[in-house]
Amino acid sequence: MSELSSLDNDEPLLVAEGLAKNYGRLPACRDVSFALYPGEALAIVGESGSGKSTLLQLLSAQLAPSAGRVSYRMRDGVLRDLAELGEAERRFLFRTDWGFVHQDPAQGLRMGVSAGANVGERLMAVGWNHYGRIRDTASTWLDRVEIDVGRIDDAPKTYSGGMRQRLQIARNLVTEPRLVFMDEPTGGLDVSVQARLLDLMRNLVSELGLAAIVVTHDLAVARLLSHRVMVMKGGRVIETGLTDQVLDDPREPYTQLLVSSILPP
Amino acid sequence: MTAMIELADAEKTFTMHLQGGVELPVVRGVSFHVVAGECVVLSGPSGAGKSSILKMIFGNYRCDSGRIGIRHHGKVIDLATAEPRQVLSIRRSTIGYVSQFLRAVPRVATIDVVAEPLIVNGVAREEARERAGKLLRRLNIPERLWTLPPSTFSGGEQQRVNIARGFISDLPILLLDEPTASLDAANRAVVVELIAEKKTKGVAMVAIVHDDEIRHLIADRIVDVTSFAAAA
Repeated sequence: MSELSSLDNDEPLLVAEGLAKNYGRLPACRDVSFALYPGEALAIVGESGSGKSTLLQLLSAQLAPSAGRVSYRMRDGVLRDLAELGEAERRFLFRTDWGFVHQDPAQGLRMGVSAGANVGERLMAVGWNHYGRIRDTASTWLDRVEIDVGRIDDAPKTYSGGMRQRLQIARNLVTEPRLVFMDEPTGGLDVSVQARLLDLMRNLVSELGLAAIVVTHDLAVARLLSHRVMVMKGGRVIETGLTDQVLDDPREPYTQLLVSSILPP
Repeated sequence: MTAMIELADAEKTFTMHLQGGVELPVVRGVSFHVVAGECVVLSGPSGAGKSSILKMIFGNYRCDSGRIGIRHHGKVIDLATAEPRQVLSIRRSTIGYVSQFLRAVPRVATIDVVAEPLIVNGVAREEARERAGKLLRRLNIPERLWTLPPSTFSGGEQQRVNIARGFISDLPILLLDEPTASLDAANRAVVVELIAEKKTKGVAMVAIVHDDEIRHLIADRIVDVTSFAAAA
C-alpha cells in the first residue's frame, strides 16, 4: 500500500535549515528549521502577519531566503539545494513534482479557458500530446473532484467558488506530484462547501500518499488535514508537534490563546 | 511475559498561561505495566486523572517527565521522547484508542468510518467494508444506517460505531475510555465479549469503566489512580 510505504520512508523529502526572510529591516520569518517526510501533511498555523505565507513562499522557491536554505529530494533520490537548481529542474518541480493550491482559485487557474484545458495544460507541459488521452484523464480528474463531467468545456469563470477550488486541486494533482503546497485552501468558502472540500482533500492526500504543506489560520482545517503542525508568531515557529497533541495539549501561551479562541459550534 | 506497555514515574502538569500561569498538576509517579492478553482497569473518582493517563499512553497528551515504554514492531519506544513520526507509526500499527466520543469527518459513511483503520493498514477496501459490516451487525447498528454519516446518530449508536472502529483492527494494544458508558445491557454484553476475544488474541488493554459489574467482568488487574494524584 502506497500510503504505508511512503509514511515509513526514512528519508526526508524536504529539509529547511535556518530559513529567514527580511523585508528591509523587518524580519518576516526567522530561523525556521524542519524536515518533511514523504506522505506527511504539515500544517503551518498562525494569525495574519505571523509569517506563515512568507514561509510557504520560501519553501516553494517563489521567494529567495535572506538566510538559510531549503533542500528537496529529487526523483533520483538526491537531496538538492533549491537555490542551486538549474532552470530545467525548477520547471520540473513547478510543472510536475509540486502542486500549489492558492486561496484564490483565479490565481491558480486560467479563468477564460475550459475546465478540461485547465487540467490538460499541466499534462501537455510534461509532454502529453494525445488529445483523446488528455481529455480522458481530465474527465477522470473532474469526476474525482466531484465536478460534473458535462461541465468539462465550460470555463471556470462560470463555476461557483467551491467548484473552482476543486478544479484547481484537479489541475494540481493530475501530474501526480509528490508534494503539494496549499495556501488557505478553504478560505473564502461557505462552511458546507469547506467540509466537502476538506473531506475530498483528506482522501486524495492519503490515497495518493502525497506530502502536503498547508498554511491555514483555521485550526479545524489543521486538525482534519495534517499529521503535524507548526505554530508561528512574529516570524518564528513557537510550538511544533503532532497536530492533536498541539491542539489538545498546547504548551505555549500563544497556542493556548489560539486554541481557546475557537467558538464551539 | 513481555510488557507491551510500561510506565515509569510518568508525570503530567498543565500550565494555564491564560489564567496567569496557574500550574495544574494532573498525575505524578505513574508506574504500572500491561502484558499481552491482559486487561488493566484504571480506577478512581472522576478528576483523578484516568483519562489523562490514557491520553498520555496514546501520545495525545505530552508526558512532562518519566517514561512511557511501548513495544512497537518488537522494539520498546519511549513515547515521552518519541518523534512525531514514531508516534504516528505506533498509532497506525500498534495502539488503538476508543475515545468517549466519536470524532468523525463530516460526510463520511459509517461503514467507511469503521473500515478506515484497516484500509490504512493495507487491507483491500472490499474486505475492510465486509469486516466493518460484520462488526456493525454484531453491535446492532441496523444496515440501513451504514451508508449515512454517524453525526446524526443517537449517543449510544455513535458510541457503538466508535467501538466498532476501535475493535476492527488487529492492533496489539487497545485503550478503552468508558466503552460501555451509554450502552444498553445487550450491547454492553457484546462489548464484554469483544474484549474477551481480544484477550485470547493476546491484545494488551487499558480500560476505564465506571460500571462495577463490567469492571468485574473484564479486569485482570485494577490499578488505583488515586495513588498517582498530584494534588499540590
